[in-house]
Amino acid sequence: MRAGFRIRLRHGAIAGVFVLAGLVVTSVATLPLSRHWYNVQVLDDAVRHPPSLQPIVPFEKYDAAAREIKSAARLAHRASSWLGHDDLGRSLFYRILPGFLISLAMGLSAAVISVGIGVTWGAAAALIGGRVDFLMMRLVDVLYGLPYILMVILLKVGLTRPLTVLFGGYTRWADLVILLLAIGGVSWLTMARVIRGQVLSLRSQPFVEAARACGAGPIHIFRRHLLPNLIGPITVYATLVVPQAVLQESFLSFLGIGVQAPTPSLGRLAADGVQAVNTFVGYWWLLVFPCAVIVLTLLALNFVGDAFRDRFDPASKGAMLVT
Amino acid sequence: MLLRHHQAMIARLLRRVIAGIVTIAFVYTLTFLMVVSIPGNPFQTGARNMPPQAEQALRARYHMDNNWVYFGEFLLGAVRGDFGPTFTYNEWTCNQIIASALPVSVLMGSLAILVAIMVGVPLGVFSAIRRGGGIDATITAGVLLGLSLPTFVTGSALLTIFAVLLKVAPIGGWGTLAHLPLPVLTLSLPFTAYITRLTRIGMLDVLGSGFIRTALAKGLHPRTVVWKHALKPALLPVLSYLGPATAQAMTGSFVVEKVFGVPGIGQHFVNAALNRDPGLILSTVLVFATILVTLNLVIDVMYAWIDPRISSAV
Repeated sequence: MRAGFRIRLRHGAIAGVFVLAGLVVTSVATLPLSRHWYNVQVLDDAVRHPPSLQPIVPFEKYDAAAREIKSAARLAHRASSWLGHDDLGRSLFYRILPGFLISLAMGLSAAVISVGIGVTWGAAAALIGGRVDFLMMRLVDVLYGLPYILMVILLKVGLTRPLTVLFGGYTRWADLVILLLAIGGVSWLTMARVIRGQVLSLRSQPFVEAARACGAGPIHIFRRHLLPNLIGPITVYATLVVPQAVLQESFLSFLGIGVQAPTPSLGRLAADGVQAVNTFVGYWWLLVFPCAVIVLTLLALNFVGDAFRDRFDPASKGAMLVT
Repeated sequence: MLLRHHQAMIARLLRRVIAGIVTIAFVYTLTFLMVVSIPGNPFQTGARNMPPQAEQALRARYHMDNNWVYFGEFLLGAVRGDFGPTFTYNEWTCNQIIASALPVSVLMGSLAILVAIMVGVPLGVFSAIRRGGGIDATITAGVLLGLSLPTFVTGSALLTIFAVLLKVAPIGGWGTLAHLPLPVLTLSLPFTAYITRLTRIGMLDVLGSGFIRTALAKGLHPRTVVWKHALKPALLPVLSYLGPATAQAMTGSFVVEKVFGVPGIGQHFVNAALNRDPGLILSTVLVFATILVTLNLVIDVMYAWIDPRISSAV
């Protein structure tokens, strides 16, 4: 790969990091306000106010829960109409920002889950070997043979009752946890395959044999000799799982089985936007802004992931991410 | 000699077929376990619950009160090609649903994959032979964009532009040729992006190998080398991706179906799972698994045909 291209790709990754950081900082900074304002409905004579630089909804409608940070709230109020208002008169700006955080958190947790299960499963299969390895990998094959959407829905349905009990009254948190467990629970298969392959090829290398000849146990070999060599592929696949999980969350929300209203997520907002535009063209901002944030987020994540892959796995072959 | 080779091929093929059937059986068993262990059923969908006696009677009628019996009966029926009743749609059997929805999805999915191959492979090759240049960077950025656009976004955008603003395409539905381009295009986009990426990686890999240098050193035209010598081995990663991708495009297009109002099979996967309708879940899963296993088998055979060294893997 010629230097110019590498640099251009790295430029993309740097831009991606900046975009992500900017979005995260803005949404975290506005969180004290948006966690109250995301669901403030202003039902006047008209609800779907188009975007405008001047706030359309008066400040008094908003200040209910934000009295103690009034000056900041005054400032933040100016942004409330930048992206327009949705069909329930809620500020799109203050729905997109927490929605972005929720979607990103979903993606990151799904990546953590998929790393946890995938690495354990793949490494265990490779290290134990023999018939156990065969059975474990056949199970992965079988899980590949199940349509993924069905698995997610069944997992979600199956987890709902026990987790709602576990979380007591906090059904909204239970809802989010169920969703990310379901997404994470189906995204570890590729990771398991890759890690198994890596461990198998590492295990036959001289330095592992040397360690074994010195009398090192399997756990010691895994921790001290295999794991450091697995960090590269693990990072690469984990960064690729994040955008996938964000995408899957948006699909599920679009189908009405993801994040439940009124909690915002990027997919949920885009889905609402699709409904609004399909029934009546004209409310373009309800579709354009959430979609723009989704695409920007995924693009940034993918650029960063690609740069990671370039860095850790320069000899990557076609086997990458074939799911 | 040749005969023995053919015999060995057929033996391997048979072994693969048997392995595929075993996989389908395991998929069936696992799905069955999930279906019976997950709470809720189509008779308790919230609003209008059936009286318990009526539910008991209905379950008994379809032998769903005994899991062992139901497991065996459904399997026997499925082997004979009869998937039994569904409780999601009254007046319909699973067979009728699959017979009406599967052709739609198979047509849409295979067209989408065809488009993806015809666009993705040339793009990938151009990207690889112009490696490092502006074209390569543009195509790579386009690939990332394609992988980043959710299909409901591209679908709604295409719908808004071509159906609402330009009025050159119907706004949704199915049945005529005019209904085809938008959903097929939407469905093909992520696959196009992925195939471009795989082709580029495969091509770069092959172009670095010795036999290409030899061919170029012999004085062959670079175009001949790329399209005649390098393309076939470069497409191996694409080929192994095509099996799962085609199965996914044929069955997992629920978002596209929803955006464009296409009566495909994707919606039945979702509805079956949401209603916990055992008959429909099991039959759609069996259909999916069969398509996947068959496609993977076909791909493996093609693999061995393209690269005879791999034939031992078949």
